[in-house]
Amino acid sequence: MIDVDSLSKKYGQVPALCDLSFKVRKGELFGVIGPDGAGKSTLFRIILSLLLPDSGKVRVMGLDPVKDYKSIRKIVGYMPGKFSLYEDLSVEENLNFFASVFGTSIEENYHLIKDIYQQIEPFRKRPAGKLSGGMKQKLALSCALIHKPELLVLDEPTTGVDAVSRSEFWAMLHQLKEFGITIIVSTPYMDEASRCDRVALMQKGKILEVATPGEIVNGFQKTLFGVSIGNMYRLILDCRDFEMVETVFPFGEELHLTFKGGGDHSEELREFLKSRGRDEVSIRVIQPGIEDRFMALMGTS
Amino acid sequence: MIVKQLWSFIRKEAMHIFRDKRTLVVLFVMPLAQILIFGYVISTEIKDARIGVLDNARDYSSRQVIDRLVSSGYFMVQDYYSGREQMENALRRGDIQMAVVFAPDFGSSMERPDGAQVQFIADASDANTARILVNYAEGIVAGYEIESTDVTNRRKKPLVVEARMFYNPSLRGVFMSVPGIMAMILILVSAMMTSISITREKEYGSMEVLLISPLQPWQIILGKVAPYVILSLVNAFSILAIGVFVFHVPMSGSYLLLTFVSLLYILLALSLGIFISTVAPNQMVAMFISLFALMLPTILLSGFIYPIENMPVWLQWFSHLMPPRYYISALKDIMFKGAGLFVVWKEVLIMTGFLVAFLFLSIRNFKVRLE
Repeated sequence: MIDVDSLSKKYGQVPALCDLSFKVRKGELFGVIGPDGAGKSTLFRIILSLLLPDSGKVRVMGLDPVKDYKSIRKIVGYMPGKFSLYEDLSVEENLNFFASVFGTSIEENYHLIKDIYQQIEPFRKRPAGKLSGGMKQKLALSCALIHKPELLVLDEPTTGVDAVSRSEFWAMLHQLKEFGITIIVSTPYMDEASRCDRVALMQKGKILEVATPGEIVNGFQKTLFGVSIGNMYRLILDCRDFEMVETVFPFGEELHLTFKGGGDHSEELREFLKSRGRDEVSIRVIQPGIEDRFMALMGTS
Repeated sequence: MIVKQLWSFIRKEAMHIFRDKRTLVVLFVMPLAQILIFGYVISTEIKDARIGVLDNARDYSSRQVIDRLVSSGYFMVQDYYSGREQMENALRRGDIQMAVVFAPDFGSSMERPDGAQVQFIADASDANTARILVNYAEGIVAGYEIESTDVTNRRKKPLVVEARMFYNPSLRGVFMSVPGIMAMILILVSAMMTSISITREKEYGSMEVLLISPLQPWQIILGKVAPYVILSLVNAFSILAIGVFVFHVPMSGSYLLLTFVSLLYILLALSLGIFISTVAPNQMVAMFISLFALMLPTILLSGFIYPIENMPVWLQWFSHLMPPRYYISALKDIMFKGAGLFVVWKEVLIMTGFLVAFLFLSIRNFKVRLE
């Protein structure tokens, strides 16, 4: 479906994408995961033909976004990062506008958007600017889908949306897969990676790894420990002082920690912390997540 | 399909315009306010100008001259003075705009070969008005002289200069203002509003979605400008209506030709607006370019307020690049002189040239991508 081959792009002197290569299969829900500034939006815009690459090749269903941009624009649906519908037009008017611009009507493809649109239909007379974040996102998705695109490109659709709406949104994407639509979606939230078929981990314009969420987690070979204590203040500094500790990152209420060689030195760590006056420390073996793997990959690259 | 796409785009644009009540009010009230302000406040016309008389002759002829000045309607005698100092003080205080001084033997010396003497002293701190006052007064006195000299006694045929102000006989300022304001408002509404509305799409990110859509650049551009064509025409006619009905500006030409020339000018202004939007990255820049690059030159360089002939040569050259100049000139010809297409063809041709040039530049500059 999408074939990206050694793609590079610079903004002036600042490199945005360095030598990216990956493939997206037809019918796949493909996630591009990375922090802000990783180059996700730039990558999407090049695929969509909105930006020109400096070097490298991109093919979307065999089409070249540089030369065949008109054909590509007919088969893609795009939801940009920021809400880009018309805030002074109502929900219904926005949808009607995009339907007729794409040469279709709401009725024609209603089956595609039905599940999504029904949730905002009670507010169809309301100006889009007065919708909540979650509803705006549903409207934008409906507008991007209305012409039954073969490829749906969603740039950070869940940013700024509450947890319940985010979860609902991913459920909708899985339903859309049933219609055979290929979806690429970017997100800065690592926990959303597990909802994709395959993900690309991106950092500073480079792709660290492309794999299924399961494979990515399995790539984490070391034993991971969760360390916590009643008073977490400066615990991370104390842990770093212990010579056998390799990495330690704060994760919510726990520190995620690995030892040099990937083994288990938890008893020694416990003694060490005790000598620093930190009693009652809890150290347990935990399952690594995608974010742990991401941090590990970042450390090696 | 293409027509339907375009139509829904135009409808969407119209909705943007009509839902933005504040801008809409400004769009319609601004022209009316402008024409009323220019019509009532800025006036170069001469009516009941205050004059003072220092009549050292006090004879029949001097009375006659004063009567003629007053009966012309341009002058009004504010006061009579007995001494020169008194008169000068009144002039200095601004009580009077011009003083008329008769020599002691005014009446009797009219028969003499070296003639009689009357002096006009004008307050030239307002140079334009002073010049006009003196000109008018001279004309009136000259008329009196010819009439009162017995034809048989005339030693030689006097050289008579008779100046008449055609098309705007009373030199009323508002006549000048109406075409100027139309030129200014139309370029402002058309160029500024379109450039802002296109750059707004860029700023809000909706341009990205429009670019991804199958809409062609010309459809986006046409859809953007169509509502403003109608809006601008409404504006043009409301200014014209106030000019004609409130200020009695003559409209001696054909309304059809006036509409055609206005439409051409509106399209020109719109294409300029599109061109600005292809250069400006956001609404703020678009607005500043429109204001400083369009409005000020329109006011200052198009002959709207300051006569082009009075400008330094290099500015005169520059004023040739000002599209409003040609529109104002064509409007004046049509409205005041009742000119037909044969008279204004040059202006029409030049404006068409500008239109084609800006359209070409805009389409060439329109980016189908984000950079």
